[in-house]
Amino acid sequence: MDEALLGSMLASTLRLATPLIFCALAGLFSERSGVVDIGLEGKMLFAAFAAGAAGAASGSTLLAMLAAIGIAVSLSWMHGLACVSHQGDQVVSGVAINIIASGLTVVLGIAWFAQGGQTPPVTAGVRIQPLFAQLTAGLAGVPWVGALLGEGLLGHNALVYLALALVPATWWLLFRTRFGLRLRAVGENPQMVDAAGVSVTRLRYTALTINGLLCGLAGSYLVLAQSASFSPNMTAGRGFMALAALIFGRWYPVGALWACLLFGFLDAAAIRLQGAHLPLVGEVPVQVIQALPYVLTVVLLAGFIGKAVAPQALGRPYTKER
Amino acid sequence: MSAASHTLPRWADLLLLPVVCLAVALLAAAGVVALVGQNPVEVITVLVHGAFGTARGFSYTLYYATTFVFTGLAVAVAFHGGLFNIGGEGQAILGGLGTGLVALWWSAFLPAWIMLPLMVVAGALFGMAWASVPAYLQAYRGSHVVITTIMFNFIASTLLVYLLVNHLRPAGTMSVESVAFADSAKLPGVHEALAWIGVEWPASPLNLSLVLAGLAAVGVYLFLWRTRGGYHLRAVGSSPGAAEYAGIRPQRQIMVAMAISGALAGMVGMNEIAGVHGKLLLEFVSGAGFTGIAVALMGRNHPVGIVLASILFGALFQGGAEVAFEVRGFSRDMVVMLQGFIVLFSGAMAYVIAPMLAWALATLQRLLPQRKQPGAAHG
Repeated sequence: MDEALLGSMLASTLRLATPLIFCALAGLFSERSGVVDIGLEGKMLFAAFAAGAAGAASGSTLLAMLAAIGIAVSLSWMHGLACVSHQGDQVVSGVAINIIASGLTVVLGIAWFAQGGQTPPVTAGVRIQPLFAQLTAGLAGVPWVGALLGEGLLGHNALVYLALALVPATWWLLFRTRFGLRLRAVGENPQMVDAAGVSVTRLRYTALTINGLLCGLAGSYLVLAQSASFSPNMTAGRGFMALAALIFGRWYPVGALWACLLFGFLDAAAIRLQGAHLPLVGEVPVQVIQALPYVLTVVLLAGFIGKAVAPQALGRPYTKER
Repeated sequence: MSAASHTLPRWADLLLLPVVCLAVALLAAAGVVALVGQNPVEVITVLVHGAFGTARGFSYTLYYATTFVFTGLAVAVAFHGGLFNIGGEGQAILGGLGTGLVALWWSAFLPAWIMLPLMVVAGALFGMAWASVPAYLQAYRGSHVVITTIMFNFIASTLLVYLLVNHLRPAGTMSVESVAFADSAKLPGVHEALAWIGVEWPASPLNLSLVLAGLAAVGVYLFLWRTRGGYHLRAVGSSPGAAEYAGIRPQRQIMVAMAISGALAGMVGMNEIAGVHGKLLLEFVSGAGFTGIAVALMGRNHPVGIVLASILFGALFQGGAEVAFEVRGFSRDMVVMLQGFIVLFSGAMAYVIAPMLAWALATLQRLLPQRKQPGAAHG
């Protein structure tokens, strides 16, 4: 392998892993508090649409991101109304969010922009540009360093680094603060948290708010950094892949990060390995690599490579005893 | 999933609540229609006429409904076993693959009366096999069936792409589909069947798998409420602990519920592959597995309700296509959105709506002049 290929593999792995990391962390907050989140996909999709629509209409990056976050948080709260305030089924509510998002974004897109569900591309000023563009350009000539450090690691926009920074931040918040302890406790044993005089409902809503915020960032990344406009169903299963990564990382932030990077790498490799011959194995069908994240997650869930243990109270609505 | 409420009388829980939930979903959709500058009344008029106004439109409605009966029943059977099968999509893909494979292999030399039953069985078995892996993992390894069936949906669709692109596509063609089956593997359309007995009916994709769907609905009813096996399955679904104490093994019932569920979803291929396309292709399921969830929720997991809900959704899909054709700026995605609203309000939000409805009923009863309580006679 030459340095240019390694550098571009590294770069695209990070680029493809970023929305997965945002979403997996979003799912982590929700599921650690005991609320199943199947709706990651829908929230990310709707947030992407909001970012595209607001970005194209207002020409402001900030407004685009606020719109994305606002929409994703509202969807999270709707999930909370159905499943935290009332005893609705969390899986059904998540499925509803996904279906509504895939339909409503196209309906609104056609009505507002009349481009078959796409939003008009946002201008270059609205897009989020690479953070260290000059540094990357300066390093371009240096062998190895230019490709690996310059293009591979430093050539990204702020959201990529934000996603990476949020992983230790999430770990610290969950495992080193009082709030984190309570959040994890509410996912394991809500009765106990309630008995200690802490509101289960408020904790779960807080978790869902953070969840929506992160989904909003994931959606904005897709439209403002990866491609310049929203197109129907542009998330293409990434929300579910993030859910898989969360489980693959056993509901731990750092574990989820590694899983996201692995899935991002597989995604990047699938594009490059199209029709390529590998030593020993011969031609690997692209579909095998595409299916690998899901297969690995099922194998892990089945307990054949270690054991993934979900939070105890996951999926069970909590009813306060009277 | 069900919306049992202590305060609602039984008739209200069974009839009024689903109607109110549907009405709320329709209102939300009408709100969006108005928001995007369309006239909800015009849309509804075109939709109803498109779905029920002509014999051809009604045939299309029933054709869509056929697929939804299969996937809706699949969700319902799993639900009665206490499981949420989100994998209808993947099981339907695999079922269609099974149906298509036997047709590709043997349709050239087997007569239709052997071929067609064989295709039904192959579809059901493939769907069953695909569902039984998550079932086994849930029953014996404790992995949650919701997550594993989601993963299996993705694995199924990539598997179908792989097989079509690399093996089943005839060499040198660009489109990703197999060769056409021989005539013996083609399920006759309803218009052809009616022509045999001299009735004239416009041509449509509606085919004899409609009968198969009807049989499946009756079969599911008889199995769940009229056999010992069905009783065991429902017992585990409503209380695994009590069922185990009564000598029913929950693990076994999980396998049974998912196997039947997968087999039902697997028969979607009979409608789409054998009945309409006559060849194996991509995207023949296109979300029907998820529509099945909405259908089962609306139909309250009962075969009669599911058939009615399927016809409703069939009408929405067919009528939606007509509206997309006639009204500028309207697309079929409006129907997808409405489907989402129905899942939200009939499913997740039923617990939000039920107390409000109970309150409204109680207020209404207080306002009405007091009569003798009709239930009092039963003691």
